[in-house]
Amino acid sequence: METLKLQKRVPVSAMLDSKIVIPAIGSAFKKLDPRLMIKNPVMFVVEVVAALTTVIFIKNVITGGSDLGFAFQIILWLWFTVLFANFAEAVAEGRGKAQAESLKKTRTESQAKLLTGSDSGDKSYRMVSGTSLKVGDVVLVEAGDNIPSDGEVIEGVASVNEAAITGESAPVIRESGGDRSAVTGGTQVLSDWIRVRITAAQGSTFIDRMIKLVEGAERQKTPNEIALNILLVGLTIIFVFATVTIPSYAAYAGGSISVVVLVALFVTLIPTTIGALLSAIGIAGMDRLVRFNVLAMSGRAVEAAGDVDTLLLDKTGTITLGNRQATAFRPVRGVTEQELADAAQLASLADETPEGRSIVVLAKEKYGIRGRDMAELSATFVPFTAQTRMSGVDAGGSSVRKGAVDSILAYVNGGASFAVASGNTVRAMQPAAMSDTAREIQAISDEIAKGGGTPLAVARDGKLLGVIHLKDIVKGGIRERFAELRRMGIRTIMITGDNPMTAAAIAAEAGVDDFLAQATPEDKLQLIRDEQAKGKLVAMCGDGTNDAPALAQADVGVAMNTGTQAAREAGNMVDLDSNPTKLIEVVEIGKQLLMTRGALTTFSIANDVAKYFAIIPAIFLAFYPQLEALNVMKLASPQSAILSAIIFNAIIIIALIPLALKGVAYRPIGAGALLGRNLLIYGLGGIIVPFIGIKAIDLVVTALHLV
Amino acid sequence: MTMIGWIQIALYCAVVLALVKPLGGYMTSVFNGERTFLSPILRPVEAGLYWIGGVDEKREQHWLTYTVAMLLFHVVGFLGLYAIMRLQAVLPFNPAGQSAVAEDLSFNTAISFITNTNWQNYGGESTMSYLTQMLGLTVHNFLSAAAGIALAVALIRGFARSSMRTIGNFWVDITRCTLYVLLPICIVYTLFLVWQGMPQTLGAYVDATTLEGAKQTIAVGPVASQVAIKMLGTNGGGFFNANAAHPFENPTALSNFIQMISIFALGAAMTNVFGRMVGNPRQGWAILAVMGVLFIVGVAITYGAEASGTTGLNALGLTGGNMEGKELRFGIVASSLFAVITTAASCGAVNAMHDSFTAIGGMIPLINMQLGEIIVGGVGAGLYGMLLFVVLAIFVAGLMVGRTPEYVGKKIEAREVKMAMLAILVLPLMYLGWTAVAVVLPSAVASMANAGPHGFTEVLYAFTSATGNNGSAFGGLTGNTFFYNLTLASSMFVGRFFMIVPAMALAGSLAAKKSIPASAGTLPTTGGLFVGLVIGVILIIGGLTFFPALALGPIVEHLAMTASTLF
Amino acid sequence: MLREIRPAIVLLLGLTAITGFGYPLAMTGVAEAIMPNQAQGSLIERDGKVVGSSLIGQEFKGEEYFHGRPSATLGPDPQDSTKTVPQPYNAINSMGSNLGPTSKALIDRVKEDVEKLKAENPSMPVPIDLVTTSGSGLDPNISPEGALFQVPRIAKARKLPEDRVRQLVTDKVEGRLGGLLGEPRVNVLALNLALDAAALK
Repeated sequence: METLKLQKRVPVSAMLDSKIVIPAIGSAFKKLDPRLMIKNPVMFVVEVVAALTTVIFIKNVITGGSDLGFAFQIILWLWFTVLFANFAEAVAEGRGKAQAESLKKTRTESQAKLLTGSDSGDKSYRMVSGTSLKVGDVVLVEAGDNIPSDGEVIEGVASVNEAAITGESAPVIRESGGDRSAVTGGTQVLSDWIRVRITAAQGSTFIDRMIKLVEGAERQKTPNEIALNILLVGLTIIFVFATVTIPSYAAYAGGSISVVVLVALFVTLIPTTIGALLSAIGIAGMDRLVRFNVLAMSGRAVEAAGDVDTLLLDKTGTITLGNRQATAFRPVRGVTEQELADAAQLASLADETPEGRSIVVLAKEKYGIRGRDMAELSATFVPFTAQTRMSGVDAGGSSVRKGAVDSILAYVNGGASFAVASGNTVRAMQPAAMSDTAREIQAISDEIAKGGGTPLAVARDGKLLGVIHLKDIVKGGIRERFAELRRMGIRTIMITGDNPMTAAAIAAEAGVDDFLAQATPEDKLQLIRDEQAKGKLVAMCGDGTNDAPALAQADVGVAMNTGTQAAREAGNMVDLDSNPTKLIEVVEIGKQLLMTRGALTTFSIANDVAKYFAIIPAIFLAFYPQLEALNVMKLASPQSAILSAIIFNAIIIIALIPLALKGVAYRPIGAGALLGRNLLIYGLGGIIVPFIGIKAIDLVVTALHLV
Repeated sequence: MTMIGWIQIALYCAVVLALVKPLGGYMTSVFNGERTFLSPILRPVEAGLYWIGGVDEKREQHWLTYTVAMLLFHVVGFLGLYAIMRLQAVLPFNPAGQSAVAEDLSFNTAISFITNTNWQNYGGESTMSYLTQMLGLTVHNFLSAAAGIALAVALIRGFARSSMRTIGNFWVDITRCTLYVLLPICIVYTLFLVWQGMPQTLGAYVDATTLEGAKQTIAVGPVASQVAIKMLGTNGGGFFNANAAHPFENPTALSNFIQMISIFALGAAMTNVFGRMVGNPRQGWAILAVMGVLFIVGVAITYGAEASGTTGLNALGLTGGNMEGKELRFGIVASSLFAVITTAASCGAVNAMHDSFTAIGGMIPLINMQLGEIIVGGVGAGLYGMLLFVVLAIFVAGLMVGRTPEYVGKKIEAREVKMAMLAILVLPLMYLGWTAVAVVLPSAVASMANAGPHGFTEVLYAFTSATGNNGSAFGGLTGNTFFYNLTLASSMFVGRFFMIVPAMALAGSLAAKKSIPASAGTLPTTGGLFVGLVIGVILIIGGLTFFPALALGPIVEHLAMTASTLF
Repeated sequence: MLREIRPAIVLLLGLTAITGFGYPLAMTGVAEAIMPNQAQGSLIERDGKVVGSSLIGQEFKGEEYFHGRPSATLGPDPQDSTKTVPQPYNAINSMGSNLGPTSKALIDRVKEDVEKLKAENPSMPVPIDLVTTSGSGLDPNISPEGALFQVPRIAKARKLPEDRVRQLVTDKVEGRLGGLLGEPRVNVLALNLALDAAALK
């Protein structure tokens, strides 16, 4: 179940390879610019106090103060703290930049064939620069041409290589009308030609947006990040109060405390760990989505994904395999299964639809009926049309037909029309007007439909033989997946055009929580609105133009890259692989992002306990020797204690960069269990780790005679 | 520590717990505007007040209007109280002939009573006339308590409501709280207290001739009626200087027990009101559990410390714990228990002198207040203080389950975090800031009764108590100076109103939000994990703020004491 | 905003009338009517003269009376009214010593008291309540041990047999309420009244 894995495992070493690390060191220094630093209030404060103590230090060097070596080391580590934070951010950005580079290569200057004629048949054009195209221009793109900008196919069909954006080298079909009309600038037409109406100006194309997103150039703080920043700023202010009052308290006791020591205490107490890693976590979250070939148009969307309460999933392609498969032949009385299978196989010989193929396969596997050659049989294929709603073969005076039950019944009845409500409904027919066989066919069909299957009637030469049971095949592992979602507190709703009976059966088999049958786009929109009115966040994916309103209404709308331009505009995420199941991963990535923030915040705050025990006895020992009792770590000296604490405080930032980039592992075990687990690791761990860390650093500091 | 001591503590907890549900149910119906069994008597009075005051009880208020109404009410109350104190010499009911209260002391006391602090920079029996005690202090004991409860109810409505602009009507809430909740209980309670021996008279102080022939003037007065509301409303301002240690203000072990019950009764019941109003009583119990755990731990530490006595006294061969400053009828256990209760709630009444507690025994009351008096807390104030911490705890922890944090169906977002943070920020600013000023100001240092770390703790305790609107004191500190009258008044004012305004903004913002139904992905807020989490956040966030100050006060004093160092 | 001023004033006045006037006065009326003794301060009269309150401790210095606990109350200095001097059991200015556990002043005073008591009765350990001040300075009680400790001195001063005095103490010991609440104690004033009464017989 490879697809069910949360993320493509990227080893930490790869995350921190030298291509990223070396430039990141450079930008760590560039980011010291206060105008940039102020965006991160906690680290800005550290920079300010580092600068302040540096100035005091220089003054002391000139006037000849004491303890200069100690002060120098503290100040050095203060600067390291800031640099490490900048480095973390630079590394996170670096990974995006590398991806952006490869994207930029596809954005090479291209020429475009701007159509000059107004008539659709007129193919006259003039070559213009791709950059000069305006929205609404119509261009011709032929085999071998790059599509100059995002647009909508208004005429023609072509195979397009979209590897530039999806990384998938197999060509995809783009055609006018329908749900596969959107083309992306920078992709290449491999065969045929298309007429494209440009929908995005240069600089705002899909690839341009992608580049900006992965570079993090336009990164804005997300709502949750803003809230967290407020908390961190608040804590910082509290620690300002806690530290600036200390000199006065010390003065009462007859002691004094140097500014550099006070600054060291302050910096170790304020939540620098999370402050340093906060933006890296956000960037890495977006980046994880990109690795998953999903583009989020905003960080807000990623966060919203974590909050999703209701998932709307299209049945076809998401819950079931795209195509129905024949699973049984159900003959009427007097006909053997073998006979029916034989007729069904014959009728399907020329049927290239997946359903047709599956009938042939079933006939072969179960009844050993071998493939026959149409030409050998001198058979003619009667294709499926919307009018007849059946297909079949005429061979050797015999004609075999398979099709929708009501169509076949009408066919054998010599064209007498039955009152039929819809393709899948046979109940409306008048029983009195039916033969026994017809009634039997109908009974079998009803039974199949109730079980979620689709009945396909088969007739040979006007005689009803039986029914083929076509079944929606629920994807392997999907049931477990929904159970997992349920444990995450997410309700799944299956959306299908099937009738309620069929829908209910598939819903039960797949294990979704609810379904919307015979769904129209309006129903879908209404369902989203209803859920939202109950305070729930809704995610859905869609590709068609008629999905656009629902995609826009949903809190998380994932548009398939194969979809229409309208759908891609309406959603706040685009899945480049056009795999609707990915919605689930998107949710998990959103959760992971929030969890990582929470875990590191908890860790950061919990760290303070140990730092107090390191620094408080150290700074008051001179005038209250009794406080040695609080030196539970038995640190060698007051100076080594303070230095060790500040070193730990800086190094922990570096140590946690991989976690910030990789994210805290999400497990679908329910909120309570998850919290318990994370509290244990990051809360309790956050209390214990620094005790060990500071003690270890103190041993090193003492051994090296740094103080 | 003795078995009988622990049984007393257990009995206390059991009685408080037993009262939570009935009181919570009753208060819920009062604040939902329902009819109660007292309506036949009280409804006409209530309706009359609305009619004269021009209050439309059906018209609810936006959080801002609600807050402004509350503030206006307090401004008017402040002016009235200040005037009474300044004019008491010429007003009736002054048999002891008390002169006008000084300007700065009147200012401090008026702020003190409107903020539910009831800090006493005065000795009641030597400063206040009967009129001031009744018309000034007793009234504000009622009204500041009712205001606190009203505000908490408004915040609860914020959590309970969905997509609404209003959070109730302040005038209705305060009137109903006073008439239906506080007054009826106080009437019964007063008579009980008198029965136990508490004076309730308008007669003059009594001159007695002692057995040895000396003259002893015994202060009496309308004590019971004021003490009833002082305890029930977690005001704590005593009729007498020695507060509940005074035999007239707390005559027996039973009166002491009931007084302790009455400190916690309404505050604990408010958690039940919360649970009922948000539609899940378990939410209320979870909050009470947080309070309960912190409380029991505090009691155990203080009781343990007081029972082991001080090194200095033990060295003289004295046993039986630290009896300095404690009344014999209460002993170690009831004194320790009372101290923890009174500071856990923002009552501030004392039945023993906290200043004479052991360093650790006195540190727990200090910590209780520094945490924001959220362990049951002041009536109303305790709950909204606790809810602010819950908001922060939920925010940090909620992220760890991978969702935007939510509490009782409300998403905790930037605005909520901002308001909770603002409210919590002002507390350390006041008590750490003013302490830092006072301990380096020679005139302020001169007010200390004890030297060394203990003197530091006296000052820290004073500002903490004022900021937390507690009112208890390390009484040795001479607070009736111009400096302390003003700085303490500012602490009380900021500690009350700078917390209330963000809390009300929070109420407004919550009320306007949609309520989200809980799912398996929602952080459960009724279980042990949640309780542990909130306790952790309270201790760590709170503790980190004041640990340096504690290190230089009680902690170092304790270490000095065990080393037999005296100051 | 302005519309809130009227209710602010009206409700303050209305609720003041109810809680600050009606309530305490009604309570006073009821209390004086049904429990006049308690309402007026549990006063004790002997020979028609008020000798004190059963709830308020008073100072005993003489050898022939049981002493209460040390009291930290102050009173105005007769020489200079702006200053205060110790005035034990001053019932219009209740207070404790407010001395902390590391207070030299406290330990010195207690040490002095302990030495005095040890000299007075070397046979028993000094009970802590006899050397520590109470919270109010008006504590009417001492512990049974505190009373028994003083028996030899009183017996000697009053020339009564120790057993007789000890019996008086035992009679006056009040236990815990329901065996649970409070501490065993002796009311000093009541004990001394009983002592006086016994001496008269």
